[in-house]
Amino acid sequence: MTAPVDMEQTQSSPVGSEVVSEDRPWQTVVWNDPVNLMSYVTYVFQKLFGYSRDKATKLMLDVHHEGKAVVSSGTKEKVEGDVARLHAAGLWATMEHAS
Amino acid sequence: MKQWTRKGKLVVAVIDRQEAAVLRGLVSQIDDMLKARQEDSPQDELAELTGIRTGPTTSPDDPILSRLLPDFHKLDPDNPTREDIDSAAALRSLHEPELLDRKIGVAAVVMDTCPMYGGEVRLSDEQADAWLAALNDVRIALGTALEVSEDTPDELPDDDPRAPNMAVYHWLTWVQESLVQALSA
Repeated sequence: MTAPVDMEQTQSSPVGSEVVSEDRPWQTVVWNDPVNLMSYVTYVFQKLFGYSRDKATKLMLDVHHEGKAVVSSGTKEKVEGDVARLHAAGLWATMEHAS
Repeated sequence: MKQWTRKGKLVVAVIDRQEAAVLRGLVSQIDDMLKARQEDSPQDELAELTGIRTGPTTSPDDPILSRLLPDFHKLDPDNPTREDIDSAAALRSLHEPELLDRKIGVAAVVMDTCPMYGGEVRLSDEQADAWLAALNDVRIALGTALEVSEDTPDELPDDDPRAPNMAVYHWLTWVQESLVQALSA
């Protein structure tokens, strides 16, 4: 006989750093890249996230001038999906815990 | 080739014979690289039973493929944490098969819509987005091979061995820029 693996172990977990880290939101970071066009990056932000042209342009300029920008945030699943879509568009994106 | 223009629901441009040959040649080379990576993916009975595909856990050694298929975490080059390495490996294995499908898919759209001997290219918005992604992949590949950086001059000296390919790179940049403008108008 077997039993389903207990996926929810939060009740028995002590309140420690791991639990806190699971609860912390994630964020999607896009990094500057010498190849990607400024107009294309702006277009991708509008298309994938539904951002206004102004917001998409501001984020693109942040990437260009600061070297990176946080372009979305949320649950791990949401951010993972956002990074995957940015990779498909050819942008250099990663995910990290919000600090 | 002149700039892309919108005609009703389509975006249209005329590509000449030589340009079509260059573009199709580069797109099919990227396609070959992506398919070779796909064949390297672990094949097992469990994946066939469950339909859940798993990709490789490590970044490709090739610098072009590695740039086309990035890690999900920014790993500290000097001292990456165990947690980040393990998480990046798991996320790559989970997502890389679909990413390869999508990149191979956009390459196929270009091969289907770019006339082999030149002529008019007519794209729906969806096909145009595929062109943008495929053009971007080709530019990333060429840019990586040519070691393009923020400081790279627009024109290299004629005796620089990279000069001919740099001219192709700049042409592709122009084609992509023009297509973004046509779609954003």
